[in-house]
Order: sequence, then structure tokens, then C-alpha cells
Amino acid sequence: MTNTAISVENLSKSYRLGQIGTGTFAHDLNVWWARIRGKPNPMLRIGEADHGNRDGEEIWALRDINFTVKQGEVLGIIGKNGAGKSTLLKILSRVTAPTSGKIKIKGRIASLLEVGTGFHPEMTGRENVYLNGAIMGMTRKEIDGNFDEIIDFSGVDQFIDTPVKRYSSGMYVRLAFAVAAHMNPEILVVDEVLAVGDAEFQQKCLGKMGEVAKEGRTVLFVSHNMGAIQSLCQNSLLIDEGLIVGTGKSEVIVTQYLGLISLESRTIFRTSNKDDHLWLEQIELKRNGVEPASIIQTGDHLTIHLVIKLSKPFTRLYVGVDLLDEWERLIFAFHSKEAGLIIYQEIYPELNVEIDIPQLFLLPGQFHFRVVVADRDGQLVEDVPRAVSFDIVPRDYSTHGYTFNNKHGQLFIPFRIKMTSGKNVWANEVEI
Amino acid sequence: MASTEQTKISLPADQYWDMIIEPQRRLFDLRLGELWKYRDLVMLFVRRDFVAVYKQTILGPIWYLIQPLLTTITFTVIFGNIAKLPTDGLPQFLFYMSGTVVWAYFADCLNKTSNTFVQNAGLFGKVYFPRLAVPVSILISNLIAFAIQFGFFILFVLYFAARGTALQPDWTWIAFSPVLLLMMAGLGLGLGIIVSSLTTKYRDLRFLVTFGVSLLMYATPVIYPVSSIPENFQWIILANPMTPIVEAFRYAFLGAGTVNPGHLLYSFSFMIVVVFLGSLIFNRVEQTFMDTV
Ligand SMILES: Nc1ncnc2c1ncn2[C@@H]1O[C@H](COP(=O)(O)OP(=O)(O)O)[C@@H](O)[C@H]1O
Ligand SMILES: [Mg+2]
Repeated sequence: MTNTAISVENLSKSYRLGQIGTGTFAHDLNVWWARIRGKPNPMLRIGEADHGNRDGEEIWALRDINFTVKQGEVLGIIGKNGAGKSTLLKILSRVTAPTSGKIKIKGRIASLLEVGTGFHPEMTGRENVYLNGAIMGMTRKEIDGNFDEIIDFSGVDQFIDTPVKRYSSGMYVRLAFAVAAHMNPEILVVDEVLAVGDAEFQQKCLGKMGEVAKEGRTVLFVSHNMGAIQSLCQNSLLIDEGLIVGTGKSEVIVTQYLGLISLESRTIFRTSNKDDHLWLEQIELKRNGVEPASIIQTGDHLTIHLVIKLSKPFTRLYVGVDLLDEWERLIFAFHSKEAGLIIYQEIYPELNVEIDIPQLFLLPGQFHFRVVVADRDGQLVEDVPRAVSFDIVPRDYSTHGYTFNNKHGQLFIPFRIKMTSGKNVWANEVEI
Repeated sequence: MASTEQTKISLPADQYWDMIIEPQRRLFDLRLGELWKYRDLVMLFVRRDFVAVYKQTILGPIWYLIQPLLTTITFTVIFGNIAKLPTDGLPQFLFYMSGTVVWAYFADCLNKTSNTFVQNAGLFGKVYFPRLAVPVSILISNLIAFAIQFGFFILFVLYFAARGTALQPDWTWIAFSPVLLLMMAGLGLGLGIIVSSLTTKYRDLRFLVTFGVSLLMYATPVIYPVSSIPENFQWIILANPMTPIVEAFRYAFLGAGTVNPGHLLYSFSFMIVVVFLGSLIFNRVEQTFMDTV
């Protein structure tokens, strides 16, 4: 126990429903007055049933969680949306109190919670750095000592005397991360905020978190980016519906997570709008020809299956599947027209499309497919921007412990390399 | 090696941890020690309040002087010259100005602290710091504003005295005035945090409160002296804990007013109860307030 940084014991958290957004005195007074006169609730929309008071209904965001984090450990926390990850971090950061159980902490915590940063919009970047530092418990002297480094890291030096209300959301997060990371906390807690920044800055933050960890500090990191989790965290925690369903080595937990989400995300079912004549009903990804998957390794064999439903016959349909990265940059468009498929026969009532990619040379990151269908005039008749998304995780294709990852771009290109100097020759072949 | 010996030393479990997070703290636990550790933050909040006034009003810092001056002039014209209310034999201008300046401190403390949760929701949602830092910083920044305004008032007192107006400041009571100030701060803080805790459920309550506070001024001897109220109605005015404070201030610096230690003791007890209740409610609300935003 001597070098435990965080110990979470039987932690539970429930949120009470019916307390958000109803909060006006006039509203409650109105409802109460109506009830006294025996009238129905005046605030209900016509046709809506009166469910009475929903106050007191609870949902459990965390149920009896137990785990410990060692000093210097970088722990990844993963789970589907609504699993309870942010709630856990909020309790750790003391933004909200637990319902039962306790957390014991050794050392000072700096945290970067979801969206927003606690900056004051009217104040300048500089003033906010001081305010934020003080909020996190730093003294003025400590902030002075770290100020240049913070500004340097955030890259907003030009705007440091501008009120932060004029910052972009990316700049906000950059400055906030810089402050949190340079506070020299013993424990750094980062929720899914980095997704706001650009790729380069994300990389920089991941690098910084790695450094922080090397100095023996503890890092808790929530992300949907399985590549980042795997490269940064030795161990991970998988939360599902408020329960810890797995802890251990990140590779194992990531695989477990992928299994969890592939159960649900392998297919998308859509029903038509009444006046749609054509719609994408199903999309499915298969990895190496068999299992439905939303986690894929660099170089895997990937198959995309689409089922398109038609309520009237069409001729000359063009189907496109665009591969995009998480910043919506197009990487490649798998289009039927350019592939030479121009169909003159009638298509009805269903069109099955299978796109087979023998080896997908994508480097780790988050990607998604967009599905578009155009009619003979080139008019879009269907457009599903994020039909299915998936993560690419690294494959260990090198024996020296180094590997290519998203620092090296988005595409993996197999190559041979040879270096000579005098009589010495070094050569290697990089392939999947 | 020496290190083998060192590793044997293990701290008792409770001392090892720096912090233990648990659901419910003790009912009454202000953790003033923690607040003291965050004093830099409190001062930053104070600065922030001033910067906001600077940047958001055209007149900037002069606003602090213009506000009481205009109110006093308005009162002098309306209540003094038109309604001809008595002023305990004091010059009308000084009478109204003393009331206005003193009242403004209480009213500002109450109005601003009652916005604590709603106005700082963004900040509270991102990071932990003792939430009490916000109301305390409001008391301090209002105190600075009060000092400016009170200094301004004293200038007028000196001016009137130099012109030969007979004023009899009471030095014993002047020495006692910091206690009066403390009582006002306590009342403003206590009532303010009670309201701020309620506003987490009822967002529109604070408009009601702002309105209520401006009405309450008329139940406080700001524009009339207690002595002008018929004996058998005085208890109504005296039930207001601000009444003895305003009268005592006036008596201390201008030498006219109804002061009675019993009444002041009542105000003091009232203040203690309000602060105690306020802390109790605040303590509960601050822990889960963020869930309801
Ligand atoms: N303030 C709140 N009030 C009510 N329910 C909430 C509140 N915050 C989160 N929840 C619910 O708690 C569960 C966990 O949420 P969260 O911790 O944000 O999950 P995650 O970060 O893993 O996506 C979700 O079902 C969510 O709807
Ligand atoms: Mg979340």
C-alpha cells in the first residue's frame, strides 16, 4: 500500500432525475396552484401524460466500484458513452460528491474535465492562467515559475493578453491542458477533452502525459482513441454501465472493449422516412473475413457490407463509401463509378454492396465511413455521414520495439530501406 | 544499506493519505483552514470583481462614488424636500448619505452572494476549490467598495463640520463600528448563501430577492429615523435586524439616532443564526450542486 496513489473503495454515485431544468420558482408555483384547484398540470404539453413528480427517480452512474492506482501508473479508462467514466473523474476531482463509498488520494490532483475549462471569458489568457493555477491550489510564485513554459506549450503566446472569450475551442483546450500539465501535480486526470484539438496538439499532449508519467507521476486518461490508450497506458480499466468489467494490461482490456462494442455496432439498422425511396439499412464491417469488428489492426483484411433498401426501382445508382479520419479529412473514396460499375438494369427492392480491402494500410487512429448514394443525374439520394466508425490499433510489425503510429501519418506504406557507409550495409524490409 | 531500514517505516494508514473523499461531511464543517490555503484565489476573485466593474461600466472606478452621490441627491430631493420626512435634526444630505452607504454594503453583499452558484456554475463544474471562496471574496471586494464610499462620506461630514454644522460624533461608538460592519457582513453572507443554495433549484428566485432587498430598504431607517415612527409601531421596524445597525452607525458618526444595546444584541444573535443556517445549507448543496446544472 505504500506506493498507492489512489484507492477507490465501494464507490457508487446516483443522479436524481427530474432536477435538471425544472428550476424556476414560477413554474413550481404554477403547478402547485393548479394542483390545489384540482386542475391538470398546466405545464404539460397537450397529449402528454402526467407522470407526477419525477423527483427522486435515480440512475446509478457508478455501482460499487473498487480499484487502486499505483504511483507512477498511467491508467487508461475506457467504456462506451454513458458508462460512467466522466462521473468517476468528476468525483475524483471533487466537482461532485459520491453517493456512497470513498476514495483515498495521495498527492495533489490536477484535472482536465470534459468540455470547457473553468476559464473566465472576460479575462485575458494571462489572467486566466493565474486564476486557474490558483484554483488548482498553486501559489502565485509557483505559477510565475511555470508561466513561460505553460505559454510556450500552449502555443497561444500571441493571444495571451486577449480575453479568452475570443479564443477558438482548440485554443481553450490547449491553454487549459498546458496549465493542468505544468502544475506539477502528483496525479493528472484527463477526460476526453483532447479530441477538440488538432492532431499535432493531441500528439503533443500525449507526449506530455507520457513525460509526466516518466517523472513518476500518476495519470488517469479517458479516451475513445484506442491507439492512444494502447501507446500511453500500460494498464486500463473498462467500465460498462457503472460497473468495472475489466482491469489489466491495456491490450487485453482494449480487445475486451472492442468485443463489447462490436456486439452492438456491427450493424446499423435504419428505417426509412416515409418519403425516402432509398435508404441505407445496414452496414457491417468484417475483419479478416469473419468477425464483425469495430477495432482493426494496421494491415487487416477488411470487408464492408452495405444493404440498401429501395421502395421503387432505380437504374444507374452510384454507391460511394468514403473513408475519413476523425477530423473529417478524406483518406480515400471507394466509389462504384470509378471502379467501373455502371448498372443499366433495374435495381429493386434491395441492393447489396460488398467492398473488400485485402490489406488496410491505415496507421492507428479513429476513422469512420460515410456512405453516399447518387442517382443517374448525380443527385445524392442517400447520405449517412458517420455510418460506422472504427479504431485502428497498432500492430507490432517491428522486432526492435519501435513501431509506426499516428505520429507517422495516416497511411502505412510497406517499404525497404538500405543504408550503406563504406563497406557497411544495413538493410531492412518493413511490411505487415 | 540504509535504505532497507527506511522501507520498514510505514506510516499509519490515515496519515499516509492526503485526502479522503466521502459522501457526506459532518453537518457543520466550514473547513476554514482549507479556505486559508486558498487565500491567493480569494484575492484573485476580489481582483476579478473589480476588473469586471472597471471593464463593464464606462465610468470605471468613479462609479463607486457616483452611485451613493446620486442616490443621496435623489433622496434629499424626494424624501427631504418634497415629502419632508424628519431626519433626527441632522442635515438631510448627511442623513441620507450615511443610510445609503451603510445599506449598500449589506444589499450588495446579499445580492452578489445569492448569485454564487448560478454565476460560477462553469467554474464549479471544472475544478475543485473551497466554494466558500466565492462568497468570502464578495464580502472583501464589497468591503473595499464600502471603504471608498465611506471615505467619501467622511469628506462630506468634515465639509459640513467646517461649515459650522453641529455634529457630535461618538468616539466610543465609532470604535465599535467595525463590529457593526462585521454584523452586516454576516447578515449579507448568511442570507446570501441561503438564497444562493435555494437558487440551485429555483433559478428565478434571485430576481425575487433583488426586488425584495430593494423593498426591505424601506423597512430600514435609511430614509427616515426610527424616532419618527410612533412608539407602538417601532417594533415592526426594529424586528428588522438591519435597523439597529443603521441607527448605530448614524449615531456613531453624526451623533443622532436611537441606539439600544438590547436591539443590537438581537441583531447580533440574528446574524449568528443566519450564518449558522447558511453554512449548514451551503455545505450540503455545494457537494452535489453540479449534478443539477
Ligand atoms: N448531472 C447528471 N444528471 C443525471 N444523470 C447524469 C448526469 N451526468 C451524467 N448522468 C448520467 O450518468 C451516466 C454516466 O455518465 P458519464 O459519467 O458522463 O458517462 P461517460 O463519461 O462514460 O460517457 C449516464 O447515463 C448519464 O446520462
Ligand atoms: Mg464522458
